[in-house]
Amino acid sequence: MEFTTSALFERVERARRRKPRVKDEFITLAHGAGGKAMHELVEGLFLDYFRNPLLEALEDQAVFEIAGNGRAPRLAFTTDSYVVTPLFFPGGDIGRLAVCGTVNDLAMSGARPLYLSAGFIIEEGFPVADLKRVLQSMRDTAEEAGVQIVTGDTKVVQRGGADKLFINTAGIGLIEHGARFSAANARAGDRVILSGPMGDHGATVMIARGELELETDIRSDVAPLWQLVEAMLETPAGIRAMRDPTRGGVATTLNEIALASEVCLRIDESALPVRDEVKGACEILGLDPLYLSNEGGLVAVVAADVADQLVARMRQCPLGRDARVIGAAQAEPPGIVVLKTDFGGTRIVDMLVGDQAPRIC
Amino acid sequence: MKYVDEYRAGEIAGRLAREIRRTSARLGDPPLKLMEVCGGHTHTIFKYGIEDLLPSNIQMIHGPGCPVCVIPLGRVDDALAIARRDGVIFTTFGDMMRVPGSKTSLLQAKAEGADVRMVYSPLDALKLAKRNPDREVVFLALGFETTAPSTALTVMAAAQEDVRNFSVFCNHIMIVPALKALLDSPDLKLDGFVGPGHVSAVIGARVYEFVPLEYGKPLVVSGFEPLDVLQSVSMIVKQIAESRAEVENQYSRFVSRDGNANAMAAICEVFESRDYFEWRGLGSIAHSGLKLRKRYSRFDAELRFDAPGLRIADPKACQCGEILKGVKKPWECKVFGTACTPETPIGSCMVSSEGACAAYYNFGRLSKVAERSEAVKA
Repeated sequence: MEFTTSALFERVERARRRKPRVKDEFITLAHGAGGKAMHELVEGLFLDYFRNPLLEALEDQAVFEIAGNGRAPRLAFTTDSYVVTPLFFPGGDIGRLAVCGTVNDLAMSGARPLYLSAGFIIEEGFPVADLKRVLQSMRDTAEEAGVQIVTGDTKVVQRGGADKLFINTAGIGLIEHGARFSAANARAGDRVILSGPMGDHGATVMIARGELELETDIRSDVAPLWQLVEAMLETPAGIRAMRDPTRGGVATTLNEIALASEVCLRIDESALPVRDEVKGACEILGLDPLYLSNEGGLVAVVAADVADQLVARMRQCPLGRDARVIGAAQAEPPGIVVLKTDFGGTRIVDMLVGDQAPRIC
Repeated sequence: MKYVDEYRAGEIAGRLAREIRRTSARLGDPPLKLMEVCGGHTHTIFKYGIEDLLPSNIQMIHGPGCPVCVIPLGRVDDALAIARRDGVIFTTFGDMMRVPGSKTSLLQAKAEGADVRMVYSPLDALKLAKRNPDREVVFLALGFETTAPSTALTVMAAAQEDVRNFSVFCNHIMIVPALKALLDSPDLKLDGFVGPGHVSAVIGARVYEFVPLEYGKPLVVSGFEPLDVLQSVSMIVKQIAESRAEVENQYSRFVSRDGNANAMAAICEVFESRDYFEWRGLGSIAHSGLKLRKRYSRFDAELRFDAPGLRIADPKACQCGEILKGVKKPWECKVFGTACTPETPIGSCMVSSEGACAAYYNFGRLSKVAERSEAVKA
């Protein structure tokens, strides 16, 4: 292709890196979809009002020392709210999700999850039998993850004031090693590891909503990741960054790391694991599994010399059986995720804009 | 799924690319300008990096076959006016929610309190109407002959079941008048067409015969997998090299010569052509839009509700028209990538992932970025 100037791309990149601002007059669903609009909301509004060094890192959890003398143990602290529809879906439910989501955000800093809080917002008329099912699931999942739910809160709102049941959990974890993981730590030459197939949770929930009238055997992968992370921490030295690709999927997580670290992540499409069922659903609906969420998977950027060893160790864990290297970090062009397609071409994988919507024709 | 992967094999792609290069080398300069009419093809071309595989004397021009991209501002404003009325549940496909009207989009109207809902098929909208008998459910129908049959069948079902609170805001358009308008456009010089795929499954490949007969240009009806597109380009280049101009059907696994008679019958039963319909960027095109026939007019949202029906000029900065006709490339537009991005689209070509600008922004920036990095290193 012929290009007359490269000034254009500097123009686009400048615009792309402009300070995020919320220009909308009202919050739309796009602000919650995990893509660019949500980043604008978080960085352009929340960060502006609450700015402090811990929040500024924009990690999935805050990591701090209790005493602040440099020798005290470090704690990780995080919170997340769960508003999934439907409440029960193949492979999990809102309760399991509420425990796993927070446990996993702690685990991504290398912290052993210890204690959770749980807040419930319940709509008037919600069946107690369903609430019991959710609580049972939370208890089982907490046990599986090795955490205790030690404090909580309940609010009941008028019919229509909430959709059936919302849960918020917060969690505290303990970091027992010296490593510091951050999305800003990736360097050229590092390898990118993905722990398992992409998009299982996102595809499951989308289909479980029943709007698409598709029937499949896809199950959500929602699971606590701590055991997998604990195995990886046997050799914490080469690990730079860990994130779980929840909202916005693997593509969004990779973009966050590429932008924070100012590196290019080059991903090989042929190495990306996707279950046939998920791939099939995506083909029919015109969706891209790169943008569908996982709730029991992780992306890690690690030093090249420890990558194979880590993958081998991960594969010994149930949640890491399909772990593999999916790409590498390079210096140029910074802040961008590039996919080498099976077809022989290359393309940019950007953050998601708005919600993924099935195509028209 | 194995079936799909066969259409993406890199090895076969390489062979086809070499074949195209050999044939086109004989043609020399000036470069061949081939238009892919469908947005689906545009998406495939960018998603798989097909232009990387083509020689420099073949240029792909990205055509107007993305229904979201050609909907004019005035129609979006009409949709917004209907959606904001008390008691209305306004339904449409996902992409349409983000298309900006002269002031706002359906997505923003929803945030401001209008009851706008995304549906996956017009039948979902009809179901919604039956479940909410005290509300007016309006479905914004859009798309070429691909989606018109399902709208038609839904209207027929509504008539049969006498669902009185359901209506359709019809923006269905037809591909052949658009092709004619493009071919008649004086600033456009095209050498051949990658012809529509899904649309042709309904209307058949035969309807394109005027393209070689009256205009002397080859047209190859093409599938949407990357190998389909590459093979179609190869077939067009071969026709040109052999001084032939014909309609060929690369997508014969899906498209027949005569199309789908049942689907066409449904369209004819429910719809008739409008005298004129406005296309974003292309202007008014005679007999290019569909509206509900008289016997179904009770389901016509335009008659049921007062919509302003104003014709609103495209924003000055926006060059969607030139881009839809292939006269300009997306990156030649002044606002591309700066004021107009997928998250804050000014023009509709930036909204749908099948629009040329969005496809180029999302997938195609790479060669430019790489070039810039090279420059940085040097």
